[in-house]
Amino acid sequence: MRYAETGVNLEIDLSRGSIEREGTDPRLTALHLGGLGTNTKMLWDRVPSEVEPFSPENLLIFSAGLLAGTLAPGANRMIVSTFSPQTLLSAYSVMGGFWAPELKHAGYDKVVIRGKSPKLVYLWINNDKVEIRDASHLRGKGALETAEIIRREVKDKEAQVLAIGLAGENKVHYASIEHGRSSASRGGIGGIMGDKGIKAIAVRGTKDINVARPAEFNELCNDILKYIQFRNDNPIKNVPPILAGLGSPQEMKLHDEAWHTSSFAWGNARIRRSDYWTKEIEAKWKVVQDNKVERLISCYNCPMKCGAVVEHEKLGRYLMKCYSKLTYTMAADSDLAFGLNIAGLGQEYGVDGYTTPQVLAFGVELYEAGILTDQDLPGFPATTEERFFYLLEKIVRREGIGDVLANGVYWAARQIGRGAEAYDHNTIKKHEQIPIKLGIMNPIYYLMWATGEKINITQIEGQIPQAPFATKEDKEEFVRDWIQVPNDKFKDFVLNWEPRTLPHYPSIEATCEIVDWQEMMHYIDDSVGTCAGLSSFPIKPPYHIHNFPRIISAATGMDLDEEGLKKIARRNRNLLRCLNIRRGMKKADEKPPEDHWKRRFPELESKLLDEYYKFKGWNNEGVPTKETLHELGLDYVAEEFELKGILKEEERVPETQGVR
Amino acid sequence: MKKVKKLIKIDVDKCNGCRACEAICSAFHAEPKYSSSNPDRSRIRVVHDPLRDIFVPVYAGEYTDSECNGKNVYTVDGKTYDECDFCRASCPSRKLFRDPDSNLPLKCDMCEDEPPLKEPKCVEWCINDALIYEEVEEEVEEEEPTRPLEIEVGLEALVKQHGVKVVMDTLSRLGKS
Repeated sequence: MRYAETGVNLEIDLSRGSIEREGTDPRLTALHLGGLGTNTKMLWDRVPSEVEPFSPENLLIFSAGLLAGTLAPGANRMIVSTFSPQTLLSAYSVMGGFWAPELKHAGYDKVVIRGKSPKLVYLWINNDKVEIRDASHLRGKGALETAEIIRREVKDKEAQVLAIGLAGENKVHYASIEHGRSSASRGGIGGIMGDKGIKAIAVRGTKDINVARPAEFNELCNDILKYIQFRNDNPIKNVPPILAGLGSPQEMKLHDEAWHTSSFAWGNARIRRSDYWTKEIEAKWKVVQDNKVERLISCYNCPMKCGAVVEHEKLGRYLMKCYSKLTYTMAADSDLAFGLNIAGLGQEYGVDGYTTPQVLAFGVELYEAGILTDQDLPGFPATTEERFFYLLEKIVRREGIGDVLANGVYWAARQIGRGAEAYDHNTIKKHEQIPIKLGIMNPIYYLMWATGEKINITQIEGQIPQAPFATKEDKEEFVRDWIQVPNDKFKDFVLNWEPRTLPHYPSIEATCEIVDWQEMMHYIDDSVGTCAGLSSFPIKPPYHIHNFPRIISAATGMDLDEEGLKKIARRNRNLLRCLNIRRGMKKADEKPPEDHWKRRFPELESKLLDEYYKFKGWNNEGVPTKETLHELGLDYVAEEFELKGILKEEERVPETQGVR
Repeated sequence: MKKVKKLIKIDVDKCNGCRACEAICSAFHAEPKYSSSNPDRSRIRVVHDPLRDIFVPVYAGEYTDSECNGKNVYTVDGKTYDECDFCRASCPSRKLFRDPDSNLPLKCDMCEDEPPLKEPKCVEWCINDALIYEEVEEEVEEEEPTRPLEIEVGLEALVKQHGVKVVMDTLSRLGKS
C-alpha cells in the first residue's frame, strides 16, 4: 500500500481526448517527495527545452503535495507546474483551499495535461470516473461563477472546482487559476490552461488517504496544532502586528496596515509613503473592512483565517485571499474600498493580484507620460480608479491596447517602444516583482531576488525578523525559544544585529546560510504541500526542519532524517534551476532592478552572488557543477549539460578522483 | 434519576470552514485508529456554501429510512438556509452521514474511548471554538425503554438493501469500534 500519496497520476491528452491512469514509481517519491519535486522531474524528462509554452507539448501539471489531505494541519497545497508564457522559464504556483485533498480522495496525486483541446472543455473527476466534458456554455464566465455552474451540473455540492476566467481563456500572460478563496496565480499558468482549451477541473473523491504509522503521525499532528494555538496566544513581541502571527498572513483579520502601507511602494512601484498610515486612515479603513468582510475563512484543515467572504456590490460576494487586499489599493494610489472592489472583479476574470495592479499602474503612467495617447486609449477616464477598471476590461479581452498590456510590463514596454522600456523598472526575468523600493541594499534580499527560481520573492522570503530588535533583552527573549533555526549559530544573526549596519550585515557567509535555509524550507513546503503560512513564511512557525522529517516519515513510511530531507530539498532546488538553465537562463538575468534600492554596492553585490554560487555548489555562471549534480544523483542532468556545452569538459571531475 | 447528556454546541458565526473536524473525526474512527482520513466517513460535516456565507457544522444524529416532508426554507440574517442544512439525520435524501463504500448510516458517538477523552476530537481540533463540548445533567423519568420493533424495521430495510452478510459484518465492525 502507498501511504500519504495515492501512487496514481491521471494522464490526460486533450488533443486525442484520452484519459489514462498511471501508477507512479515510489522511488521518485524517495528522491523528490511530491508536488514541486516530482513535477519538476516530470518537466525535465518530458518537455524538451525548445518547446514553447503555448505548445501542445508543454505540460500543465496539477499536483497535490505529498502530505495534502492527511491530518497534518495546513497540508492542503496543490502545486501547478508548467512553462510560463511570460518568463519563458519554468513556472510554478501553489494553491491552497480544498482541491488538492479532494484529488487525493479521488485516488490521484497529479493530473497531467498535455495537448490542446479543439474546443473548450472541462474535466469532471469523480473517483474512478473521469470525463472530458463540453464547456462551450462556460465561455466567458467568471471563475467563481463557473465553479457554481459546474457544481450544479454534476449535482454534487461537495465537488471542488478550479477554473479560469476570461483572462485565462484569452491567454493573458498573468492569468490565474481560481479556486474559491485560493488561486494559483503567478507565472501566467491560467493562460496555459486557456491555451490548452480547458476551462475548469472539478473533482470529487470519497476514498481514504492512508498513513504508515498512525499513532505516531497523529501525535505529531496534535503537536503542530498545539503549537499553532500557542503561537495564536503568544504573538511575537516587538514586531509589527502583521508579522507577529502565523498565516500567510491573516490580512483580512487585521486592521493595522502600517507596515505594508509604509514599506511597500505605491503607484507603479514608485513612492514610499512612510507618513500615509494615520489614526484617521486606520479608522476609515476599519469601517470599510468591517462592513465588507462577512466572515474570515480558511483552507482545508487549517485554523488560520487568512481569507474572507467579502461583500461586493456587483458580484454579491467573492472570496478574498491574503494579500490582494492592498495590491490594487496601493498601485492606484487609492484606498481600501477601491481595492476590495476591483480585487473581486480581478478574481472573476482570473488575473494575478500581484502582477495585474502593476500592469495597470504602468499603463496609467505611460498615458501620463504621453507615450500612450487618446488614440491608444479611446475614452480613457479621468480618475486613476476608473482607469484601472477601463484597462482591466481591455486586458482580459485583449482588446486594443489591452492586447499588448496582457503580455505583462516587460513585453508590453518593448512592443509599445517610444521610451516605454524605461517604465519597466520592477521586473526580474520579465516578471513583475512586489513593489518594494528601499533605501539601502539588503544582502539577504539581494540574493533571494537575484537567484530565486520562483522569480517572486514573496514565495522565498521567510521566517527571519525584518528589522533588528531595539535592546539586548529583546534580542535574547526572541532567540530563547527560537527552535526553528537549523542550529544555534543562526541565533547570532538576531543577537548581533544592530541598526544601520546594512549592507555589510550579516556577513557574506551568514547571508548565504540564511538564504539557503529560507529557500530550503520553501522547497520542502512546496513538495509536501504544507502551507508556507505555517512553515517557511512566518516567524517561529509550527513546521520546521527538525520536526518535518518525523512527520513525513510517519505519514509515508519513508526512512528519513534531517540530512536526508535537506538533501531532497537540495536535489529539487538544483533540478528546478537546471530546468531554467536548460531553457537559457543566464547569470546576467540574476539581477534585481536598478532602482530596487537607492544605494547600491556593485562590488559587494557581485561578491555576494559569486560566493552564494560557490556555497550552493554552482560554478561561476551559476550552473550546478558536475560534482554537485553527482552528489544529488542528478548525473543525467550533468550529461545533458555537457552534451549541450552548458557545462564544459574541463569542469569534469578528474578520472583520478578515486585515489584522493 | 439523573442522566448526563453530552452535547456539542455549535456557533456557526465562528466556523471558518476549514473542515478540520471532518478530518480528525474520520481519522479517529478509522481502523486502526488514525490510519486514514476521509471526510466522507466523518460523523460531523460542515454544510458549506462560501459564496452565500453559509457554514454550518452538523454532527450525525439518528438514521431515518425515509426522507421527511420538511423542505422548509429559513432566512437568517438575510441568508437562506434549507431545513436540511441544520438536520442531523442520516437520511436517504442526501449523501451526508453515510459510509461511502457500504452506504450504511454513520452516527456521532461523542468519540467514546477507553480511557474516555476529555471532549470529542472535533471539538478539540476546532481551536476557533465553533464547536464547544457540554455535559448537561438532566432529570429523566426512567431509562427509556428500547423499541425493538423500530430497530427490527430498520434492520429489515438494511438487509433488503445490502443482504444479510454485509449487515452482519458491519454490525460486528461497529460493535468493535
